[in-house]
Amino acid sequence: MIDAAWKALDEVMDPELDEPITTLGFVRSVAAEGEVLTVHLRLPTAFCSPNFAYLMASDAKDVLRGLAPHVVVVLDDHHDSDVINRGIAADSGFVGTYGDEASRDLAELRLTFQRKAHAAAMERAVRDVPPDRLRSLTLKDLPDSKATEALRRRRSALGFDTGPDALVLVGDNGVPLPPGELPLRLRFARSVGISIEGNAHFCRGLLRTRYAMEGTA
Amino acid sequence: MYSKDGEQYFIVDAHIALWDARPENQRNIHGKQFIDCFYDYHRNLSPEEEVWSYEEYLYQGGERLMKDLFDDGYVDHAIFQPAHLGAFYHNGFGQTEEAFALTSKHPDKLTYNHCWDPRREQQGLDELKRDAERFGLKGVKLYTAEWYGDSRGWRLDDPWNYRYLETAQELGIRNIHIHKGPTIRPLDRDAFDVADVDHAATDFPELNFVIEHCGLPRLEDFCWIATQEPNVHAGLAVAMPFIHTRPRYFAQIIGELLYWLNEDRIQFSSDYALWTPRWLIERFVDFQIPADMTEYAPLTLAQKKKILGLNAARMYDIPVPAGLDIAPVQQEAVSVA
Repeated sequence: MIDAAWKALDEVMDPELDEPITTLGFVRSVAAEGEVLTVHLRLPTAFCSPNFAYLMASDAKDVLRGLAPHVVVVLDDHHDSDVINRGIAADSGFVGTYGDEASRDLAELRLTFQRKAHAAAMERAVRDVPPDRLRSLTLKDLPDSKATEALRRRRSALGFDTGPDALVLVGDNGVPLPPGELPLRLRFARSVGISIEGNAHFCRGLLRTRYAMEGTA
Repeated sequence: MYSKDGEQYFIVDAHIALWDARPENQRNIHGKQFIDCFYDYHRNLSPEEEVWSYEEYLYQGGERLMKDLFDDGYVDHAIFQPAHLGAFYHNGFGQTEEAFALTSKHPDKLTYNHCWDPRREQQGLDELKRDAERFGLKGVKLYTAEWYGDSRGWRLDDPWNYRYLETAQELGIRNIHIHKGPTIRPLDRDAFDVADVDHAATDFPELNFVIEHCGLPRLEDFCWIATQEPNVHAGLAVAMPFIHTRPRYFAQIIGELLYWLNEDRIQFSSDYALWTPRWLIERFVDFQIPADMTEYAPLTLAQKKKILGLNAARMYDIPVPAGLDIAPVQQEAVSVA
C-alpha cells in the first residue's frame, strides 16, 4: 500500500513549480496502520501561499482515496496548518475551509498556472526550430524528446489538441498565435520558464535548509 | 563609496530594515515563523562566512546597522522600508521610533520611509498626514500580505488604498515600494500577482512604483507590466544574493530586467538585515553575464553604477558627488494632464 501511495503521489503537482510533490521533497512520510493511510506533507516555508498548500493537500487526498478505507493527509509546520488540516479532513473544499476569506474555489488559480506551465513548455520545445518554420509547425514536426513529451502533457492538461497535425504555437486558450505576435509571445514564454525554474530551485534549497538532513519515511 | 580598478561607485541601499524579532516582541507563533522564514532565506542564500547566528539575526540595533552598512558595507545612503506586522509582533516588526531616531541623527546617510494600511480607513489616513510631516516622507513601503483583524491581505487597487495614494500624491510622497506576500483577500487569487500594481501605476502616473524583489516569484508578470508602465521600477531585494548561490539564475534575472525595463529602473538593495551589503556590492561589481549566455548583452560599467546607487539617488533626490552621476538613457514618460 505504501508503494502504491508513493506512486499515486507522483501525480500530484505543485502547480506553481510545475513539478510533482514527490520529487520536490514535499512528501514527508507515508504510513499505513490498519485501515488508515497517513501522509504528512511539508513545504519550504511556514509562509508558502495557503491556496497552493491547500491545493496540494487536497489533490494528495484525492489520489489516495481508493487505496485505503481512511486516508489522512496532514500538512506540517505551516502558518495555516490547523485550518487546512481541518478542511482537508472534512472534505470541505476551499470555500468551505476558508469561508469569508475565499470568494470561489481554486479552479481559476490552477488554470492560470497550467497556462504558465504550457507557455514555458511550448517555448522550450521550439527553441531550436528555425524562425521561418515556426508559423506552420505541427506536433509531428517536433523531435521525439523530453521537451516534446512535456509539451504534450501540458496541452493535454488544458484540453488542447494533441494530434500530430495540431499547430504547436498556440495561446493560453489553445488558439493559434497570430504570426505577428510570435516573437514577443515566445520571448515572454521564455521569461515564464525562467521564473518557474528559478522558483523551483529556490524552493528546493529552502526546503533543504528548513529540514536540514531530514529524509523522508 | 566603493572603489575598484580606478572606478568609483556611489552606493544607495534602497531597502533596509531595523527589526526586532526577539521572543519578547513575538505576539504569537507567527512572529517566530516569520523570522524563521527570513533566517532560512539568509542561511540558504549567504556565503558560509557571512551567515549570522540566530540570536544575532533576531535583532541588530542601530549601532550594528550603522557599522554593517556604512563602516563595513560601502553604503553612502540607505532607505528604511519597514514592515509593521502588528498581528505578529507586539511593538511591530520594523522599529519605527528607533529607525527614525537614527535617521534624525544621520540625515545625510539615512532616509526613513513609513508604511500604511488602507484597512485602517479614515484613522490611518489622518495618521498618514501626521506621519508625512513628522518623518518628512518621500516614500512608503506597502506590504499587501499584512494581517489585520479578520483580513489577511489587501490589494493596491482597493478603493481605500486609492484614497491613500491620492493623499500621498498631495503630500509629496512620490515613491511607493510594494512588497507582495503569500496572503491576500480573497485567498483564491494568486497572492503574488502584480495586476493591482498595474492598475495603480496607470491611475497614478506621477508616482513611482518600486516592486520589491522585482516581482519574484512572478518575475515574468512583473516584467510584463513594467514594459507598459514607465513609472514601475524593480527593487533587487532578495534577488541580489542569488549572485552567490546561483549566478546563472542571477544573470537571467538581471538580463530579463534589462530586456523588459531598462538600466534606469533597477535599484540595488541588500534587504538588510536579511543580508549585509558588503559582499553583495563586491560581487556585483565583479559580476558579468556568463559568456555562453549569448541571449543577454554583457553588463556595462554604467549599468552597474546606475543599479548600485544612481537610480535610487535620482528617485530620492540624494546628492551624488560631482563627476559620478550618469544621465538616464531616456526620459521618463511625462504625464500630460
